[in-house]
Amino acid sequence: MQEREPAVEVRDLVVDRGDVRAVDHVSFVVPAGTTTALLGPNGAGKTSTVEHLEGYLPRASGSVSVLGSDPSRARRELAPRVGIMLQQGGIQTAVRPGELLRQYASFFADPEDPAELLERVGLLERSRTPYRRLSGGEQQRLSLALALIGRPELLFLDEPTAGVDLQGRDLIRSLVRSQAERGRTVLLTTHDLAEAEQLADRVVIIDHGRVLATGTPGELTSAGGGEDLRFGAAAGLDTAALGDTVGAEVVEVTPGHYRVDAAPSPELVAAVTGWLAAARIPLNDLRAGRESLEDVFRRLTAGDRGAVPGTDRR
Amino acid sequence: MRAYLGQLRLELALASRQGEQLLVSLGIPLLVLVFFSGIDVLPTGTEEPVDYLAPAVLALAVMSTAMVSLGIGTGFERTYGVLKRLGASPLGRGRWVGAKVSLVLVTEAIQWAVLVATAVLLGWDPPSSGWLPALGAALLGTLAFAGIGLTMAGTLPGLATLALANALYFVLLLTGGMVVPLEELPGAIAAVARLFPAAALTEVVTGSLAATGDVEGWAWPTLGAWAVLAPTAAALTFRWED
Repeated sequence: MQEREPAVEVRDLVVDRGDVRAVDHVSFVVPAGTTTALLGPNGAGKTSTVEHLEGYLPRASGSVSVLGSDPSRARRELAPRVGIMLQQGGIQTAVRPGELLRQYASFFADPEDPAELLERVGLLERSRTPYRRLSGGEQQRLSLALALIGRPELLFLDEPTAGVDLQGRDLIRSLVRSQAERGRTVLLTTHDLAEAEQLADRVVIIDHGRVLATGTPGELTSAGGGEDLRFGAAAGLDTAALGDTVGAEVVEVTPGHYRVDAAPSPELVAAVTGWLAAARIPLNDLRAGRESLEDVFRRLTAGDRGAVPGTDRR
Repeated sequence: MRAYLGQLRLELALASRQGEQLLVSLGIPLLVLVFFSGIDVLPTGTEEPVDYLAPAVLALAVMSTAMVSLGIGTGFERTYGVLKRLGASPLGRGRWVGAKVSLVLVTEAIQWAVLVATAVLLGWDPPSSGWLPALGAALLGTLAFAGIGLTMAGTLPGLATLALANALYFVLLLTGGMVVPLEELPGAIAAVARLFPAAALTEVVTGSLAATGDVEGWAWPTLGAWAVLAPTAAALTFRWED
């Protein structure tokens, strides 16, 4: 990929919503032509970040560049170049998909063909159905089509697959991937790890308004260091006793999720499962090797969500 | 221009599909006109009730479209986030306001055409000299009522706008001289009613289109003041998002 100016550059962004600091000194870069996921639990500050980039919310401090402009000043200039999928709403209940896309197409100089776009999002046969009679997944696909109608350089997709069934999710994800293949830049928010892993070139993990980690999925999953053994079992096991038995430190990362800090040799696996068998503790899950993105996410967002120290709590 | 037309086309399509809004904007004025012209129970003060009612329902039509339909429609669009989404599109506020104004004017033109044709069939014969001031008053009234409707829509939740716009419509319908002439109202109520745009609009339209063509002196200044103040209030208080 050739070097270009980043499509989005966020430095020390602070956004307040009323008395709440929704975004707290967030910094990240979205390279042009890549797909970046803002990954975090609900209430992490993802939407507030994106809505600032879209020009909706003011910032308290920091600096932001979207396609080279400040979105709080240059909204009119950015509007034709940016496609926006809101998390929810924004469409009259009586409106029909066909007429809605024709309306938005009239706002752009070189729009997609509305009928063709309807077909691509799988809504051609629903083109005259009022919005309120569309399923949740159809409504989301229409919302995505609205974001795409103007052939934008940059797409902001806020929870594009929230409330969508499995097939709908696959369709939306393949559409997002095809945007990247066209060289468009995508910034999406999600709390779905699989989505971030499947779609994003880069992931920004965010919680409580702060960035916890940034990198490619590969970088994030190898950043945790060497290989280890992870297993799931009842919460509150005697990790000290287990650690003594297997000869390695055992940490309860989050309740019911354990990590054994040692190379996952067959001997280690045997020792751990042997200890569990002796104590008649059922095993829910067992994995050897590198952290998955889910492990990274759990570890990073555990902070003040009931993290369990690796000591005996029995 | 293309964006403005695209927006207006959608506005017209949605408006034509909203039965309850059509009822308010066309059904009620028509009903008042036909019913009370045939049954002479209102103290209209004219020989034929239609001579008073025809211009009065023209004023009523302006109020119902510019205040009630526009206010309620816009209020729900704001609540649903429609304005939020449009705000980030290249449409722009100027063209959005232009499309809304056009929608109101097109609706009013249809209302007036239907109401005037019906009234003429019922025997109404207004002096042609009265049309120019009547149309001028309708434009000022549109500004005034659209300002009131958008002030509500831009500050209150959609349902609250719905309730308040309908309540205001009903109060102004009864105190605005639109079915009962102001002179028939108790003095105190009539005095207060003269401060509001409904009575002022009705006075100018009914006065201009009466045989004598007399309009009371207070009406034009009151109407003009509202036509400036209400849109200003809307512009200053309108919030695009809830």
